[in-house]
Amino acid sequence: MSQPDYNPTELLICSASRLMEDETTAFIGTGIPMLAASLAQRRQAPNLIPVFEFGGMGAILDDLPMAVGEARTFHRGLSASGICDTMETAARGFIDYGFLGGAQIDPFGNLNSTVIGPKHHPPKVRLPGSGGANDVGSLCWHTIIIIRHSRRTFVPRCDFLTTPGYLTGPGAREAAGLPPGTGPLYVVSTLALMGFDDKTKRMKLLATQPGVSVAQVVAETGFELLFADPIQSNPAPSTEELRILREEVDRQRLYI
Amino acid sequence: MNVIESGMGELIQTPDMNGFREWNRQKTRKLVDKRMTDQEAVARFVYDGCYIGTELYGTVRCPMTLVREVVRQGKKDLRVAGQGVTELDLWLAAGIVKALDLTYIGLEVYGTSNALRRAVESGQVEKVVEWSNGAISWRFKAASMGVPFIPVRSMLGTDTLRYSSAKVVECPFTGEKLALIPALILDVGLMHVHRADMYGNCQVEGITGFGVEFARACKRLIISAEEIVPNDEIRRYPDRTIVPYYLVDAVVHAPYGSHPGEMAYVYCRDEPEIKAWVQASETADGAQAYLKEWIHDLPDHESYVRKVGEERLGRLVEGRERRE
Repeated sequence: MSQPDYNPTELLICSASRLMEDETTAFIGTGIPMLAASLAQRRQAPNLIPVFEFGGMGAILDDLPMAVGEARTFHRGLSASGICDTMETAARGFIDYGFLGGAQIDPFGNLNSTVIGPKHHPPKVRLPGSGGANDVGSLCWHTIIIIRHSRRTFVPRCDFLTTPGYLTGPGAREAAGLPPGTGPLYVVSTLALMGFDDKTKRMKLLATQPGVSVAQVVAETGFELLFADPIQSNPAPSTEELRILREEVDRQRLYI
Repeated sequence: MNVIESGMGELIQTPDMNGFREWNRQKTRKLVDKRMTDQEAVARFVYDGCYIGTELYGTVRCPMTLVREVVRQGKKDLRVAGQGVTELDLWLAAGIVKALDLTYIGLEVYGTSNALRRAVESGQVEKVVEWSNGAISWRFKAASMGVPFIPVRSMLGTDTLRYSSAKVVECPFTGEKLALIPALILDVGLMHVHRADMYGNCQVEGITGFGVEFARACKRLIISAEEIVPNDEIRRYPDRTIVPYYLVDAVVHAPYGSHPGEMAYVYCRDEPEIKAWVQASETADGAQAYLKEWIHDLPDHESYVRKVGEERLGRLVEGRERRE
């Protein structure tokens, strides 16, 4: 097989970008979600409303912000308010999607970005902490998780449950007091596109990334996956997507 | 109200609202000149063991001048509202943080914070209590509302709540579960703004972050400002004042006071300098060398600005976000 002419970051960006819908509101963090949102604004979702947690809403992502509070997060935006406003907007049910990452993910889409190892303090490895992730995972209608795929990241149980997915399974979010009808929708990884089974709320393989076999996905996942029937093939980044990404979205090659 | 679950994190600062009211009662309403140097402001109002916070964060409208001065004066045993980037890195590297209400300390696009890792994994930071960014902002909001807690629908069902000092209760109106998060009253707050008058009325451009709530949650508030403007200028645009003077204890004139971070519409972030910290902080020795070069070897803000140099600052002004 010939080498693909894109790197794993570009694959993640393009895969995530296609999931962004026009005329929706989406919490966007730094890095891949920002690039994906910028690409989506130039393709299928010109009226995607990016919401950055510190107050930037509805920016036109001409230049890539390096930080979630940077002036580019409200460049030609619709409003520039503050974090209470953005989080309360999500709490009132106005934010459709939230894009998240993490160091670990479990079968229910719960995420860890706090500590690695069994002990909270002092920990083996201290990670940055929740940041806005817990709020996004709690309050947006749906989250889409973007993550690199390996047995180190896809674990049976997170060392620390920072951000809620479906917690312990069906009904668990509601039982915990989280708003009904919310939870993770997709997981976009370097190897696959996954969703969650309606009944069990466990992660389900929907499609493999180009050149990746189902066996590879299984081998790199530290828990049992459910399988869609049939399992689709996620299309490779198109020439057009890559051109826009490289020539317009990240012309300075800050990320890709 | 029936408490269903209690987070096991320590309540690092008690939400004593009556005490806060009494404190605020004795703060002056006089329009007095509060201008002073960064040395004087930090010497007078920041003290060992105080509960302190910074607004907004490391690379965006952050009171970096004041942050460096706290290190320079060797203040220690700080209890800190931990939402930050490079500013809290400097404090962690300087070994002056004893306890953290931690929501996020990292380097955003540059990844995890090595200063945080060293300080927390070694146990040098004695207490770490978890929160989300929404939660810490709402904790400031509760303090600004004058109530000891606020109910939210974040953190529920997670270890973030288990390792916080939040409580889960049954809503007395609907019966649903809610997280109650305690008001966070800061002994001292540091905040950088676009312009202030000598009395402490402050205006900012762009997003407000958690500035509105934070300023109202502080017993002492030190302001640094890009520009000190006449009171008349504030009165021309009163709708832009997000911090009224009576909240403020000190006003420090600090042009480029957010460097190496940005100030919306004034200057952009200094990427090479931010990267310099990212690289230096990879090792403990590197971090110490950076603190020596950029803090301890420079007596004040002016000498810092001189060291950065006009040419470089000019480029940052050139690269600023513009209103189109």
